[in-house]
Amino acid sequence: MEVVSGILMLLGALLALVAGIGLQRFDDVFARMHAATKPATLGLALVMFGAALQLLPDGGAVIKLLLVVLLQFATAPVGSHLVGRAAYRAGTELSDQTQVDELAGVDPE
Amino acid sequence: MTVLYALIFAVLALAGVLCLVRMLRGASFPDRIVALDMLLVVVVCGIAVDAARTGTREYLDVLVVASLLGFTGTSLVARFIERRGAR
Repeated sequence: MEVVSGILMLLGALLALVAGIGLQRFDDVFARMHAATKPATLGLALVMFGAALQLLPDGGAVIKLLLVVLLQFATAPVGSHLVGRAAYRAGTELSDQTQVDELAGVDPE
Repeated sequence: MTVLYALIFAVLALAGVLCLVRMLRGASFPDRIVALDMLLVVVVCGIAVDAARTGTREYLDVLVVASLLGFTGTSLVARFIERRGAR
């Protein structure tokens, strides 16, 4: 059980590392957001499940960890959507590799 | 097991440093917000791993509050960017 929880936590941490590398290598707010939102849901869930396995007999601790996962799954998409919309409306530069901009020329209101 | 925990903490610390670098280099305001959001996730993961390592339950409430406050802060700053423009 200990090994399983350790591997889960390590996988979550590695996902965070991959997202950190993505933050450095992508050249666009929207591409960086694509990288940064992966550990916010899957990585966090893996780490919390790993920690919950370790604290298993204590029901209260497990419920708190699962509550964090639930809150993050509910709020992370909304927050990312808000940041993405604000960034686009504020006129952030797109990467020069952008192929299609479906919002170009659309009236914001 | 100690080696595994050291490895997990090292990987998380490296991810946090990469977030900080992106926050400092920025280029635009939304970039910094995205990096800050991810840094908070890394911190929450670190606290959870430490709770699993030591078996202490005192910091678990901090995790719930931090994830809630992170969402509030992100959405507030997003509204701010939308009105003021990204720079």
